[in-house]
Amino acid sequence: MRPLTIQRLFLQCAVLAGILFVVVIIALKAGAVEVSLFALGRDLIRVIVHHGGEIKSDYGLIVMNIRLPRILLGIFVGASLAVAGTGFQALLRNPLADPYVLGVSNGAALGAILALLVSPHLSLLPAVADLLTPLGAFLGAAATIAAVYFLGRHEGQIDSTTLLLGGVITGSFLAAIIMFLMTSETGSNLRGMAYWLMGNLSTSLQPTVYWILWIGFLLGAGAIYTTASDLNLLLSGEKEAMHLGVDLPRVRLVVYIAASLLTGLAVSVSGSIGYVGLLVPHVMRQIFGSDHRVLLPTAAFGGAIAVVIADTIGRTVVPPAELPVGAMTALAGAPLFIYLLRRRMA
Amino acid sequence: MNTVARPVEMGAMRSPGEASRVNNEVRLSVEQVSYAYSPNPTQAPLFTLEATSFQARAGEIVAILGPNASGKSTLLKLIAGTLEPLSGRVLLNGFVTHSLNARTRAQRIAMVQQESQLLFPARAWEFVLQGRHPHGRALRFESATDIAVARNALAQVGAAELSERWMAELSGGEKQRVILARALAQQPLLLLLDEPTLHLDIAAQVDLLHGLRHLAVENRYTVVVVTHELNLAGEYADQVVLIQRGKCLRVGAPGVVYQRELLEQVFQTPLSVELGPSGRPRVNVVADREGK
Repeated sequence: MRPLTIQRLFLQCAVLAGILFVVVIIALKAGAVEVSLFALGRDLIRVIVHHGGEIKSDYGLIVMNIRLPRILLGIFVGASLAVAGTGFQALLRNPLADPYVLGVSNGAALGAILALLVSPHLSLLPAVADLLTPLGAFLGAAATIAAVYFLGRHEGQIDSTTLLLGGVITGSFLAAIIMFLMTSETGSNLRGMAYWLMGNLSTSLQPTVYWILWIGFLLGAGAIYTTASDLNLLLSGEKEAMHLGVDLPRVRLVVYIAASLLTGLAVSVSGSIGYVGLLVPHVMRQIFGSDHRVLLPTAAFGGAIAVVIADTIGRTVVPPAELPVGAMTALAGAPLFIYLLRRRMA
Repeated sequence: MNTVARPVEMGAMRSPGEASRVNNEVRLSVEQVSYAYSPNPTQAPLFTLEATSFQARAGEIVAILGPNASGKSTLLKLIAGTLEPLSGRVLLNGFVTHSLNARTRAQRIAMVQQESQLLFPARAWEFVLQGRHPHGRALRFESATDIAVARNALAQVGAAELSERWMAELSGGEKQRVILARALAQQPLLLLLDEPTLHLDIAAQVDLLHGLRHLAVENRYTVVVVTHELNLAGEYADQVVLIQRGKCLRVGAPGVVYQRELLEQVFQTPLSVELGPSGRPRVNVVADREGK
């Protein structure tokens, strides 16, 4: 018997944090403009000690004003989607569940688009208007997961196949509505929206939005983490978990709301990035086991690493053009998804 | 609170009568419990369980017997407190089981269900440690006590050597032992089992019932088991509850309940009942002239 200890948990997280740090440094260096490690380190320290204004060189501005925010956004989006995916997989007892497959990402995208369409018609303060898109995305995500959950229930239990099919159908239905809304929009907005929908991290954001994202992440991921032990018991089934003392209605509510919040926030700033929420938990499960007390934080790090790598490859593989990060994760993720599906059927 | 006793091999058996001598207090009291199931409130119920009553003491094994769809599992869920009775109540040490919150209930009642599929792989010891969940806070790391309890639980069911094995690799009998060990790790007062002998070969079935008899006496559990195995129930149970189509026909010692006419009427097949070497009733199927 080797039960989890807090020391082992911290060690595993520290290793992943180290890998993430290395990935971030590589991502800062990579790109059309070459940057030396020395200059990078110097400028990073300047940003950390709030002397960012001393960065004068062009490359410094590129690194700190363009690449760093984009990487930080990638870390947020990857961690959010991976934690949401881990929660959905345990709660819905379906190893193929993730925000994208379940249609939740499309629900969030529709919510965000509706918020974008509505906001010019409302005379809102700029600070409130900034909040409207994430709020719309959250509500869209929450409504979608509620709909998919009810579609997937049969005689009081979740039916895995029906749930997955329900998610795919709901997702494509929502995608059709998004298409309809986009085609009824005129000109310049269309291209921007289409690019955003494919998942990209180049959106420039107000500092207040960054704060909202990170506070939302801490709240959402923290709430899911409080149910980690309960999610472990759910692996044996809902009835067994209840017999082992799991307050199922509470766990369900916490995970649905928190995972919808994480998905909604991620989609509102980066569009639909598929497969991260699906595959990262699987890879981490292979390495660290199925204990959600370890899986949730390691999946957060893994998601962050995966998205930063995918985005870095996306913006460097065919310079000066940039591939959206969603296209990169789909290119790598779809074959892996098929492999998992086939192995599950075997 | 029970403490898990020293590890002993499964199969060590005491005489059933000894159970009642260990402790005479009534622990489980099922009082006029009834239930009705209908898909929506405006329709007539599809299934009803008529008022059922019995009592059990610490160390006793109660077997619930009856044909398919007679309401055995429903009665077990009512006892477990996961279903709310239409009328009547189930008391465990004076507390109404349905009114307990999920965590308190899991500290007092352990349920062993028919084998369920694990979503992701887990080792036997991880599975058994899940039984400690109701005894801890939400985000706990297992204590030395938890580990000792889980180890003892595995040893008590003779599965200590299975500790490091993956659950998916275990045979039906081995898996059933580990599932039972998880229930023991809950340190319950009441151990409920829903058809635990299903999918087990005869040796594993006897082994399991032997083990339950021993655990009931040693750990002073009250055990309620739903089963189709008339002879195993007759051999090991202190009391039998016989149910047919939602109606409790008789409650009592196997020797009282196992009347040929009654069992033939309930199971709709020709049977003979005789006394076995242990002095307990034994049921045989009588083939009719067409060799059925």
